[in-house]
Amino acid sequence: MADSHAYDVIVIGAGHNGLTNAAYLAKAGQRVLVLEQNSLVGGAAITEELRPGFQFTTFSYALSLLRPEIIAELDLVRYGFNPLYMRSHFAPMDNGDYLLLGPDDAVNRQEIARHSKADVDGMERFQHDTSRVRQFLRPLFDSIPPNVFSKDPQDADQVAWLLNHLGGADTKVIHDSVRLLTGSIKDFVDDYLESEIIKATICSAACVGIKLGPMSPGTGMNWLYLAMGEHDGHSGSWSFHKGGNGGFTQVLARAATAYGAEIRLNSAVSHLLTKHGEARGVVLRDGTEFRAPVVVSSLDPRRTFLQIADPRELPSDFVETIERFRFQGVSSKVNFALDGIPRYPALGDRTDHLLGFLNFAPTVEYMERAYDAAKYGWYSEHPYIDACIQSFMDPDMAPPGKHVMSCYVMYTPHELKSSTWAEQRENMADRVQATVNRFFPNFDDLVLQREVVTPDIIEERTGLSEGNIYAGEFFPHQMYFFRPAPGYSDYRTPIEGYYQCGSGTHPGGCVIGAPGRFASQQIIKDTRR
Amino acid sequence: MMRTTPFHPRLEQLNHAHAWGNWSGYLSALKYDLSSKHEYFSVRNAAGFFDTSPLHKYWLRGPDAERFCSHVFARDVRALRPGRAQYQVWCDDAGFVLEDGVIFRTAADEFFLTAAEPNYGYLTSLARRYELDVVDATEDFASLAVQGPRSRDILRALTPDIDELRYFGLTHTKIGDTEVMVSRTGFSGDLGYELVIPADAALEVLDAIIAAGEPHLLRPYGEEALNMVRIEAGLPLLGKEFTSSRYAYTDAHRFTPDELGLGWLLKGIDDESRPFIGREAILRERATGSSRWRTVGVAIEWRDYYDLFASNGLLAVPDEIPVGWETMLYSAKGKRIGYATSFMYSPYAQRHIGIARVRPKFAEIGTEIQVEQTVNHEYLNVRGHVTGLPFFNPERKVA
Ligand SMILES: Cc1cc2nc3c(=O)[nH]c(=O)nc-3n(C[C@H](O)[C@H](O)[C@H](O)COP(=O)(O)OP(=O)(O)OC[C@H]3O[C@@H](n4cnc5c(N)ncnc54)[C@H](O)[C@@H]3O)c2cc1C
Repeated sequence: MADSHAYDVIVIGAGHNGLTNAAYLAKAGQRVLVLEQNSLVGGAAITEELRPGFQFTTFSYALSLLRPEIIAELDLVRYGFNPLYMRSHFAPMDNGDYLLLGPDDAVNRQEIARHSKADVDGMERFQHDTSRVRQFLRPLFDSIPPNVFSKDPQDADQVAWLLNHLGGADTKVIHDSVRLLTGSIKDFVDDYLESEIIKATICSAACVGIKLGPMSPGTGMNWLYLAMGEHDGHSGSWSFHKGGNGGFTQVLARAATAYGAEIRLNSAVSHLLTKHGEARGVVLRDGTEFRAPVVVSSLDPRRTFLQIADPRELPSDFVETIERFRFQGVSSKVNFALDGIPRYPALGDRTDHLLGFLNFAPTVEYMERAYDAAKYGWYSEHPYIDACIQSFMDPDMAPPGKHVMSCYVMYTPHELKSSTWAEQRENMADRVQATVNRFFPNFDDLVLQREVVTPDIIEERTGLSEGNIYAGEFFPHQMYFFRPAPGYSDYRTPIEGYYQCGSGTHPGGCVIGAPGRFASQQIIKDTRR
Repeated sequence: MMRTTPFHPRLEQLNHAHAWGNWSGYLSALKYDLSSKHEYFSVRNAAGFFDTSPLHKYWLRGPDAERFCSHVFARDVRALRPGRAQYQVWCDDAGFVLEDGVIFRTAADEFFLTAAEPNYGYLTSLARRYELDVVDATEDFASLAVQGPRSRDILRALTPDIDELRYFGLTHTKIGDTEVMVSRTGFSGDLGYELVIPADAALEVLDAIIAAGEPHLLRPYGEEALNMVRIEAGLPLLGKEFTSSRYAYTDAHRFTPDELGLGWLLKGIDDESRPFIGREAILRERATGSSRWRTVGVAIEWRDYYDLFASNGLLAVPDEIPVGWETMLYSAKGKRIGYATSFMYSPYAQRHIGIARVRPKFAEIGTEIQVEQTVNHEYLNVRGHVTGLPFFNPERKVA
């Protein structure tokens, strides 16, 4: 039966990277089949109506890292791409005060001055210096990492390009880059800022998704990574896609289908088929076989190499590297359906602070203590929450007058010491709700329903190992030409015809699309050879 | 003294930016929020309202109303049934556009005209030969545009009559106790309505709309957001896309309907029974092919814009606020071929777009062009291409 399925490429997983990869390959004329285990596309970027009229962003909830070239090259606007503007950034404080940053830089100066006069220009220097670092690193971020471990002359050209780029940079920019890439975010911001709420706001953004606190080296790099995004060209700013990130993956699915890719749902892949060390197709868990000379896995490195491929067909040192690759997920989501508008006492009836992220991290120490728990196998007593009431930007997310609130929560380690998430789930969510209620005292009364998504559920529903949102921890030794393993950051694998295109490859996780795009470039290049 | 519109007491409370401009001697909000982009997104995804009260409003009433209008206006009003509205232009004898506006046929012998500039003197001077009254009703009414995908839901809650209103349809209905005229028209390119409200009841009606709009995230928007949405909709604006031929010193500032991309209004121009002002000249223009311009859309791809800045050591930060001046256009070979009259980064289209006038042979969709930008204090060109208009045209606009 097998040969009746004649495809050029099979993509495993219809998350946003699998879909991006499929869309590019189909657009280039390849016959592409995407196999997705779930009954809907999107992976960690889905939107579900859990209650009539209420749209929940189950996992990821905001957009920024998505590479703008993908929007243009895949003509996504035609398929409904529609990122909405987040107007503000709100951080409540323990004493009832707050930091509210909005769209006007000059007005923001006044707001920052309420907290510290020195931080007004401190913040502007911080932004300018980091913006130059971003500008410097962007060409590296936006290209396939050179293979510094290879002897191939073609690779040598790429290495030369890299060295030349590094050599051409301004001394201060190089130094700032290294400080951010290797140091803690707290160390970095201490040089610019003094106000606790402003520092905490930056520090919290640096901890999203990783098992590190703001005082740990490595958080500078994560901050920088997350700041590589943009909305409408405004660096570091986030948007909210119409219909949530699930709305975005629907756009991708429409584009991929329009370019000719076929998406097959409810089709969990069991393993890769090989012959003479080359990929030949895949077998579904129900035994169905699909054949193609190219198979692309959008799953994380652990699944790609230790589950879908047979590790016995891979070099043992490579397998060892993949086995050592760290995941250690620490993120959860608690999503709420609300009967009305949460009120912040100091702002009365105002709602202009609800038009963006609500950042529950009043001090750097609050963040660090939230992290401490995770080190010892427990979840934070006072969690860090990055929330967003999406129905304030997109009225279609909830019935008129009602709202949905997405709460991204840290730190909730995948492995709990002597307990399980099944036992702790509701208790963790209670802490989240109590934290929100502490700042928005009418919150408890508004809650109509809540959905609790802990790392075990993330893993079970998306396949992201240990629930790591990036498909692999952001450690320096797991980034750039080490992602996922030295010598294999070019989307190829030791098995000919078997490729990787998920967040476990360069540049990394987030709704970014770059792995899917780069992998398609590599595949097209290789098939033309 | 600067005047205020009947809505002003409420609008003043809503204007957190304290940003006002001057529209025909009335205070008119440039923006209410600190960010006009936020207002733009409200219009595009929920709904927004815009105070159009400074528009000049005229009744044209009498047995000769239809005959008069079909003489003055370039688009045939005879096909316009009572209860319908029409986008219009009017020209001078040389076939150059004087102005554009919207005309509403309220009865067989009654029309209501809205226009950006004063036209009372012009209309009355022409009306002398007709049995017709021209009444300036500008101050009798406040007018409000409610635009965006949720506009129907909001107004339906106040007056179910509007539910059935078709695109460019018109109805007289009540909001609370107030008689209002509602038309399904607007300047956003989206589903939307415009209300004409007796000035003394304006605040009451506005408050009812604001209350009905709250659960739908209705927000006020100002001139900046208005300008953004109308460019995406490809709608010309007096003072940007054209100036009135009446006040031009040279023909470089005069344009015919065909040159402005409004030729479609002239359906039936061959019909001898309607000798409207400018007809002869327009027929001559068409017969001799003497149009100097075509109005087209232009766009720049993200990549080209980004590369232009990156290669000059800068970050490309697109601005959705339309540039306040004309943007020069060149052919792929570097020859001057025209200029964009409006140019902006469109959050909807995710690229820079513009409404432009180009020489006819460069008007074909897809023609590669170069768009002049100022980078590092130099004029540098970025690759772009000619597109159709409008950029934004959702099905719900007419559905
Ligand atoms: C809770 C949470 C919040 C987040 N918040 C944000 C955010 O706000 N913004 C942001 O940019 N990023 C966010 N992220 C990160 C981002 O969502 C992910 O990095 C990204 O979506 C991963 O995309 P992917 O295509 O690489 O993988 P995935 O989305 O994981 O896609 C993999 C797909 O493969 C399927 N699959 C798995 N195994 C098989 C199999 N054997 N056979 C067939 N199909 C299979 C899965 O069902 C899934 O559809 C968040 C992630 C999580 C978990």
